[in-house]
Amino acid sequence: MNIISQVTDSAPKYIIYDFGILTSRIHEWLSSMMNTTWTSVVEMVLIGVVFLSFYALVGLILVYAERKVCAFIQCRLGPMRVGPWGIFQTIADFIKLLMKELLITRNADKFLFNVAPFIVIIASFLAIGTIPFAKGIQALDFNVGVLYLMSVSSLGVLGILLAGWASNNKYSLIGAMRSGAQIVSYELSVGLALMVVVIFAGSMQFSEIVQSQATGWWIWKGHIPVIIAFVIFMIASTAETNRGPFDLAEAESELTAGFHTEYSGIKFAFFFLAEYMNMFIIASIAATVFFGGWMPLHFGNFAAFNHAMDYIPPFVWFFSKTMFVIFLMMWFKWTFPRLRIDQLLTLEWKYLLPINLVNVVLAAFIVLMGWYLI
Amino acid sequence: MIEAITGIKDSEQEYFINMGPQHPSTHGVLRLVVNLEGEIVKSLVPHCGYIHRGIEKMCEKDTYQQVIHLTDRLDYLSAHINNEAVCLLVENALEVEVSDRIKYIRTIMAELNRIASHQLWWAAFGMDMGALTTFFYGLRDREYILNIFEQTTGGRLLQSYNRPGGLMNDIHPDFVKKIKEFIVHFRKKLPEYDELLTGNVIFHNRTRNIGTLTRENAINYGVTGPSGRASNFACDVRKKYPYSAYDKVDFKEILFTEGDSLARYQVRVAEMWESMKILEQLVDGIPEGPFMMKMKPVIKLPVGEYYQRVEAARGEFGVYVISTGEKNPYRVKFRSPGLANLSTLNHLSPNVKIADLVAIMGSLDLVIPDIDR
Repeated sequence: MNIISQVTDSAPKYIIYDFGILTSRIHEWLSSMMNTTWTSVVEMVLIGVVFLSFYALVGLILVYAERKVCAFIQCRLGPMRVGPWGIFQTIADFIKLLMKELLITRNADKFLFNVAPFIVIIASFLAIGTIPFAKGIQALDFNVGVLYLMSVSSLGVLGILLAGWASNNKYSLIGAMRSGAQIVSYELSVGLALMVVVIFAGSMQFSEIVQSQATGWWIWKGHIPVIIAFVIFMIASTAETNRGPFDLAEAESELTAGFHTEYSGIKFAFFFLAEYMNMFIIASIAATVFFGGWMPLHFGNFAAFNHAMDYIPPFVWFFSKTMFVIFLMMWFKWTFPRLRIDQLLTLEWKYLLPINLVNVVLAAFIVLMGWYLI
Repeated sequence: MIEAITGIKDSEQEYFINMGPQHPSTHGVLRLVVNLEGEIVKSLVPHCGYIHRGIEKMCEKDTYQQVIHLTDRLDYLSAHINNEAVCLLVENALEVEVSDRIKYIRTIMAELNRIASHQLWWAAFGMDMGALTTFFYGLRDREYILNIFEQTTGGRLLQSYNRPGGLMNDIHPDFVKKIKEFIVHFRKKLPEYDELLTGNVIFHNRTRNIGTLTRENAINYGVTGPSGRASNFACDVRKKYPYSAYDKVDFKEILFTEGDSLARYQVRVAEMWESMKILEQLVDGIPEGPFMMKMKPVIKLPVGEYYQRVEAARGEFGVYVISTGEKNPYRVKFRSPGLANLSTLNHLSPNVKIADLVAIMGSLDLVIPDIDR
């Protein structure tokens, strides 16, 4: 199907690649074959399958990317043996993890122990649904998208707490308790940082937020409050995903591996995968909210340049922005030392939260006065 | 463990965890039974002996030449300096004056060993703090020194290069060139260490005022080496009782007054600069002369007691020997810096967080085979 030919001249430039046309064609085709109920069932299954394979693929790519980025920061090459430049290393690792024995510690709460990795992975899986990958490629697009994302992403902590509790290991328990305190605190900052952009965009719907950036990304248009919000979002969301320098929950030099000390095989892989998926989700939210999502880069009146940018497909824009944010997160993970638990909570409650509250008020004031580029 | 359990008050929600003998940040097989209240360490009992090999007892049936190889296995990161202590003891007892060439080479080797040890410590300390990249930076530069060792002595970690009365063999023709190359390289790389860790605000907050050891306590506990000097305790054996070529070189004894983990860190980083200064002064002027003095094939020390101290990378390393005039010592006792430094852990750790305990342990620079012997 030739998508580009469908676009009329009157349509705005940024929807050259409108995947809504493709998806609506599929919907029509399915509807013509079966009744409404079956259509939605088949569509759900299709979306589920697509997301599951996407989930696994992104997990594999991110693990490889992290190992390579970390290797280059540490003056080494990283995986080089399996495939060219070691690109099949993560696949080999996952095959190994699949075949490993699943160990359960004595006197562990078996049910909770087994259920915990699934809670963590389901929480991150639910969150992917709201991410707009390109125009028309978004599983869940409803008017409280930001709120939904916040509530779903905070479910993951439940899995971590259960994992720590059910393991019957004091190190795991300490890690889980740290993680609980950490995520509950930093959830506030993530939410308030997103609120700043919601105030600017005037909507909680992700597609609307992306649409509002057609004339310029919020990081440029919203200037001071959005830049502050972006910095806070990066700090707080790194803390929420339990990544360094906030990896207190699994601090390996203190707690060996924290909440997942006792997990092995595929259940460990679930935690591992969920961590990387959370990183991807956080990065894609940052890209969507601050860097215009799938919107191409436009510069004022450079019509030719802007037109050329429009021809780069939106998912290329989306993934390159996401990868940029992921690289930022990897960069400071591999260079900074870890914080202590009291310093971590001090940072949130005494610095980030007050700054954030002032920032929200500032953003509201700027929007009220119209001191931002439309 | 009994002491730890009986001290626990259930009403105050205390519990204990075992840190070690297999734990990433005990740097070996040290076991700490830590009594915790939430995240806060209430008390702590170190359990030693998991790598006790009875080296002092083994020395009693070995000749003095054989003892050297056992001292390598104490503090394996300053193996050369440990060897030197035994050799100096035997030479002093027999009143053998070694040539200047031997003294110079021993000093150069000892300082290289000190830098290598501090590099590994820096690498591991960063990792204890959660900064994983430091490990590779430290080991990258340590490789240069290990290559120099390998070229001359054949050993990378445990050299066994010293002999009573001299050295195993002469230096490699490239020895001087390689050391000069290393100094040029490391002078460029050492500022990178500061960029990565020393200047980091998280690192400062993690180490400042953590595990503060006063000068009085440092002296009382017998803490020596960089850990002691961080508490303003001037304990450098190289300055106080110069041996080998240390009386011919000009270097500063690094002293800090704070006594916290950050000061212990800063002392070691500054000592790497000082060691390079010593190397620079010595490396050009290695005099000609024999690398081994004429010694009897079977060394028998006169009857009596002997003690020799040297400045190892972790502090004062002492060898105490009682001789009955036989070819092997009657009794040997090593004064290892690690045990004295570990003994302060009990004093420093109450009311710190678990993460601070790791920082204190890392900054004391414990090497477990040195503690257990």
